[in-house]
Order: sequence, then structure tokens, then C-alpha cells
Amino acid sequence: MKALMFGWEFPPHILGGLGTASYGLTKGMSLQNDMEITFVIPKPHGDEDQSFLKIIGACNVPIVWRENSWEHVNWRIGKQMNPDEYFWLRNGIHYDFSRIYTNDLGCVDFSGRYPDNLVEEIYNYEAVASVLAHQLDFDIIHSHDWLTYPAGIFAKQISGKPLVIHVHATDFDRSRGQVNPVVYDIEKRGMDMADHIITVSNLTRNTVIERYHQDPRKVTTVHNAVEPLANVERFQKTPREDKVVTFLGRITMQKGPEYFVEAAAKVLERTKDVRFVMAGSGDKMNEMIDLVTRRNIADRFHFTGFLKGDQVHQMLAESDVYIMPSVSEPFGISPLEAMQVGTPSIISKQSGCAEILEHAIKTDYWDIDAMADAIYSIVKYPAMYKSLREEGRNEVNNIKWEYAGQKVRAIYDNLLRNK
Amino acid sequence: MKNICFYFQIHQPFRLKKYRFFNIGTDHYYYDDFLNEEKISYIVNNSYLPANQAILEMIRSSNKKFKCAFSISGPALEQIEQHAPELIDSFRELAATGCVEFLAEPYAHSLASLYDENEFAEQIKMHAERITELFGKKPTAVRNAELIYSDEIGAMVAKMGYKTMLVEGARHILGWRSPNYVYSHSYNNKLRLLVRNYKMSDDISFRFSNCSWSDFPLTAEKYTDWIAAMPAEEQVLNIWMGYESIGVFQNRESGIFEFLKALPYQAIAKGLSFVTPSEATEKNKPIDKLNVNTPIGWSGEEKDLSVWMGNNLQQEALEKLYSVSERVRLCSDKPLLWDWMNLQSTDNFRYMSHKDAWGTNYESPYEAFINYMNVLSDFLQRVNSQFPESIENEELNELLKIINNQELKIEQLKEELKKKEESEKPSSKK
Repeated sequence: MKALMFGWEFPPHILGGLGTASYGLTKGMSLQNDMEITFVIPKPHGDEDQSFLKIIGACNVPIVWRENSWEHVNWRIGKQMNPDEYFWLRNGIHYDFSRIYTNDLGCVDFSGRYPDNLVEEIYNYEAVASVLAHQLDFDIIHSHDWLTYPAGIFAKQISGKPLVIHVHATDFDRSRGQVNPVVYDIEKRGMDMADHIITVSNLTRNTVIERYHQDPRKVTTVHNAVEPLANVERFQKTPREDKVVTFLGRITMQKGPEYFVEAAAKVLERTKDVRFVMAGSGDKMNEMIDLVTRRNIADRFHFTGFLKGDQVHQMLAESDVYIMPSVSEPFGISPLEAMQVGTPSIISKQSGCAEILEHAIKTDYWDIDAMADAIYSIVKYPAMYKSLREEGRNEVNNIKWEYAGQKVRAIYDNLLRNK
Repeated sequence: MKNICFYFQIHQPFRLKKYRFFNIGTDHYYYDDFLNEEKISYIVNNSYLPANQAILEMIRSSNKKFKCAFSISGPALEQIEQHAPELIDSFRELAATGCVEFLAEPYAHSLASLYDENEFAEQIKMHAERITELFGKKPTAVRNAELIYSDEIGAMVAKMGYKTMLVEGARHILGWRSPNYVYSHSYNNKLRLLVRNYKMSDDISFRFSNCSWSDFPLTAEKYTDWIAAMPAEEQVLNIWMGYESIGVFQNRESGIFEFLKALPYQAIAKGLSFVTPSEATEKNKPIDKLNVNTPIGWSGEEKDLSVWMGNNLQQEALEKLYSVSERVRLCSDKPLLWDWMNLQSTDNFRYMSHKDAWGTNYESPYEAFINYMNVLSDFLQRVNSQFPESIENEELNELLKIINNQELKIEQLKEELKKKEESEKPSSKK
């Protein structure tokens, strides 16, 4: 089984959860012996782990025919790709894309990020897909998130192979209902053209069915999983007098930071030996600082700013409670990461991961009473902490990408059988 | 002659209302009255009342040959008296036939037998008194909450003077032995044990309406045939279940009432008879001793106590609760004592089970724990305000002894006084 996947990010250079999920899923699927994955991203850095799949950088795929010597190509992109492959891919150019601005190799210089001309990049990516679809050999096409839907559709139209699209988020999650019509259009067309739609939670599945008017039979949920953390013992909790309750993520409307502050104020009315930490940055940060001072809890409430890499796990491990009061979260991987390092989690019922987690406390994002109650109980009743810590760790260690990969594979098999 | 011994359990806890941590210290009423009334009314109307009527009919139509036993927990009794007093009348009517036995059990349907012997004894006494008061007959047989039993618990019950106790037919206790005999306590011959036949019991309470069961549909004829076909020397077949099995788990439409009503006729025609637990142990000699080192209960496949006290949450809650039992018994504050009973109901802990939180009204075991611990924290504060933690338990024990023995002491002193008076009287005559 050969899959051609279109993605936007791949570790170690990631900007959001999409890269992590793409990595986990492909790695989980690579455990199936007969699975061959070619993963296309706009701009690889050359240090990606290619031991279990093949990565093609769209920025190295020619879409306009240019004559170049082997040595020149080797000098330009030899670090990332064999020049022979460049010339071979060049034979796949069947359409005239000279209207697109290309470099000396006939390739597009993708930024690989989320620039202002994102929509232009998306359609340039589509052009790359046409070359690959003509030249590569594959059984199925798999597009990760809306940025790659047009590429997937084009590849499907050229090759006639079935298209699976993977919805990691919809614009309804990102904008709380104020959808961007351009984005919606791209998403809707992707879903309409797809042979099957994979969503990361039932919450997202419902959005896809109701807001994008898709046939429920065509939409399947495959919950995300979490990569096992290497040397988990590195992250230890230092003993301290005060308990620490942590919010970690972008401080934006979607993540519900204000509910965390309100719950903190409620807890601090009753007990003093608890500290609250808001880690991360975002457009709502100043508003939150303001709210904290108005609630008069600034002596117990701390802002860390943006954390990255191991700092994230360190912060999670040092916490007594992790809280994610997201207003709308298609999946939400961070509670699983908190549970990996043994930190009890409180999550909103409006997050996709609530569907699979049993040993986490679930509340409505607006229910600050319940949230405060849960925080209080974890810091006050030792059995609560212990149980959530131990059972939670066991639970999360059994949520494996391997199983998610098997579900995706079943969808592939089904599509090919019914073709 | 083979005997069938029916016993039905009636228990409904006082369910707790949503109680947040900021209520601690300010709100001392813990119960969800609406939910409790709704539950009790539903179950009374769909199960207890119609089932009582069916049993009354069975007793009459069989010319008083049908017999059975009931055990009604304290919290259930209180709620029935409050919301469905007609059911109490119905039980009185059953009691008047003389074919029905009422068992004693720990009043609060609690796990006291595992944590505090005094509390257990007190609750059994309290329950027996209440039952005597209501139905005019003193109980002679005991069943512990959730049929929890061990040698130790058996010894406590024997010490209280009861001669019969009801036990779950756990496979690892019985081994190759059949549950259909009377057994005795492992070292106290006076206490006789009846063992639940869980296969035959569950056939009615769990499987009756299950159409994928190979023996579906179950008829009274088939059921009594099975019993009649058992070895002739077997003495007593113990069919025990929650009373709500009749009419709620197995609803009216399943034909459970018709099944019951047909039972006496079918049984008597096949030479089977009915007994109550106390009669069963009187009529039959114990065939062997039962050794139960670790406590067993009537839940799940394992028949252990893991669904009530298997995880960290449950253990912490129980330990916190019973840490104050001695202090609470010193109190005379009625509302506090009432809450003490209600907080002990096994259901509170069952709701915290990750395995099987049967009957829970919480979304998760954690939510159940949070709510219970908040309530318990308030309760502990109230106990503490009456008897501060700073007083050592030993000091309290001394006080307790004095209080417990006060009547005896008064009696003694009175007698002494009498003697003195008597000895003085003749001298005064002179």
C-alpha cells in the first residue's frame, strides 16, 4: 500500500499541533509492514527523521521546465534531494505554470509557514501536486488540513486515485463562528471532493457534517494519540509548599483563558497555598493581566511568557494540576502530554480529547464553579491527585498512534475495495 | 424435601446534591431532595408496590405456603415513610400473614462491619429496633450490607445473639461444595449460614428478559423443573436479589409478575416448599463449616469488595469518614447523627469505582469523589466543633466508657442505696 500524503509541517520544525500529529500518525502507520508513505511538505529543512517515510519538499519539485546542469542542481538542493530525482520529477511537468513565479530550478520558494499570502502558497502547492501525481506511483492520496486540500484534489483528478482528507481543525474552531469565506470555500471543496473524511474527534465530525453538509457515512473519527516521551524520568516535580495550577497554550479567545482566571479567583477565596501559572503568549495576554489585577489575585498568579521544547514538559511536570478550559478544541494534545509526566488534568467538555480520556476531570468551559471545585479537590485531597496521576499515566500510555494508524489503514482498505 | 428461600433487598440511599467546596462551612444540608423523591416514587410505583401486591396474592393463592424475607435498609425505610407511606402499610399487611420474615442489617447500609465493630453492632441494633417497631416482630437473622461476610464479621454477629446470617455463594469460598445447604461459621457452631445461589438468583434478576440467553424465555415451569432436578438431599435453594429486579430491571412487560405468580403453584405441584431464612436454619442441620478469611460481597464476578473499596479514592474517603466514628457516637446532635448514617451508605463509595459505578448519578468516579469529599469536609468540621481533634481518642474512650456504663453504674448505685435503706429500716423500727 503506497500513500501519497500532503502536509504542511513536519517535526522538528513545527508551528502548531499539525506537525506533531502528522509525525505521530505516519510513524504509527509505518509499523504496518506493507505501508509506504511519501510525505510532501512545502519546505523541509533537511533534518527531518526520514527513517520510516520519504519526505519530498515541494520547494524542490520543478513545475516549470528549466535547463540546468547536474552539478548546478547538486549545488543548489543536493543536501535535501538527489539531483537525479529532480530530473526525473521534471518529466512530470504536463501543464504550463509559467504564470507562477519560480526560481532558477523552476521551483517555487515556499515559506513553509503561515504567511500573509497563504492562499497563493496553497495554490502553488497545488501545482507541485500535479507534477507529483503524474510521476509518482501511489494507491491513495491523504491530505492533512485545509492548506493541502487543493493539492489533494488535483492529484486525485490527475491520477484517479481515492482521496482521503484529514480534518485536524475547521475554521469554526479557529474563529468561533466568524468564518473566513475563502477558507470555508477551500475546506468545503476539499470535503466535497474527498472520497473519505477523517476527523480527529466526534466534535469535529459533527462540525463537518452540520456546517459543511457532508454525508455522515463519509466521515470517520480517528482520535489522535501521543508519542511516548523519551526519558520521562527527566521531568521530576520539585517539592514545594505551594501547589501549582497551570494553563499552557496560546492565550487566545479559543483557549478560554478568562475562565481559568475566574476559577483561580474562586479557589483563592477559600485557600491560600495555591499558585496559578499562565504559560504562553497571545493576543489576550494583556487583557488577562488586567483581569488578574482586577480580581486582586496578582500575588498568586504568574505569567511565564512563551515556552518551547523541554520547557513545556518541565512546566507540566512541575505542576500539580494542568487545566485546559478551551472553548473549542478539535482534539487538544497537551492534556495527554501533561498526563505523560504524571500531572492531573482538567479539560473542557468542548475539547476532542475529552472523548477518549477517562482519568481526567471534565467540565464545561464556562462552568467556573466546577473547575474551581476540581482544582480544589486535586490540591486538597491526596487520593484525588494520586489516582489521577497514576491512572492517568497508565491510560495515556495506552493511547498509541499505532492504533490510530490501523484505523486509517482500515479506511484505505475499504476505499480501495469499493472502488 | 427441597425448600426455596426467597429474600428481597430494599435499599435506596439519600443521594447527595451538588456540593461545591465553597459550600463547606456554610451549607449543612447535603441531599438532593428532588432526585431522591423522584427515584423513590418511581421505584415504589414500578417495583415495590406491585411486587408486594403480587407476593400477597401468592401467599393467599398458595394458602400461606409461599414464604419469603425482606431486608429494608434504614435510609430506604425513611424515604418510603416520607414519600410512599402506603408501602409501609403494604409491608404490614404482608407481615400480618405470618409468611414474611424481616431481616436485620446495619441501619445505614454501611461498610461499618469492616471499619468499626461498635458502629456495626450499634447499627444492627438500631435497625432491629426499628423493624420490630414497624412490623411487630424482632428479627432473628442478619444480612450485612452487600452481603459482606468474613469469619470476623460472622463472629460479631454471633456475639449479638443472632443465629442466622446470609452469605454470598462465592465460588472461591465454596469450592466444589453446593450453595444449597446450610453451613456454619468456621469456629462458632451457633451461627448458621445460608449461601446465595447466584446462578439461580441472577437467572431471574439479570437474565429473565434477555432474549439472547439460551434459556429464554424463562417460565415458572422450567425454573421449578430445574430445582426439582437438583440432587434430592440438597436442603435449601437461596434465591436472593434486589427487590427492584421485579418491575424495574425486569419490567412489567417482560412478564416477571406473571412468572412470580405462577411459581408457588408450580413449586408445590413438584413437591417443593418455601421457607424463610430463619426457618431454613432451624429445619436443617449445617453440613459443613465455611472458612472466609478475606471478606466477600455479592458484586461482580470476583465477589470481593473492590467495587466499594478497591481504589485510592474510595479508601481515602472511607478512612476519613470512619476516623471520627468514636467522636460522632459521643454526639447527641440529631441532625449530625442523621448525616452520619447517610454518609455511610455503600452507594457513596460505589459511585467512586472505576470498575463498576452501578447506579451512579455522577458523570465520573472523580466527580463523585469531589462531591463526597466536599460534603465530608463540612461534616468533619461540624464533628470537630463539638469534639476538637486536640482531644486524644484515648481520652475520648474513657469518656465513652463512662457514658456507656452510666446506666449500669446508676443501677448499681441505686441498688446499693436500696440495700443501705433496707439495712437502716429495721434499725429505725427499733
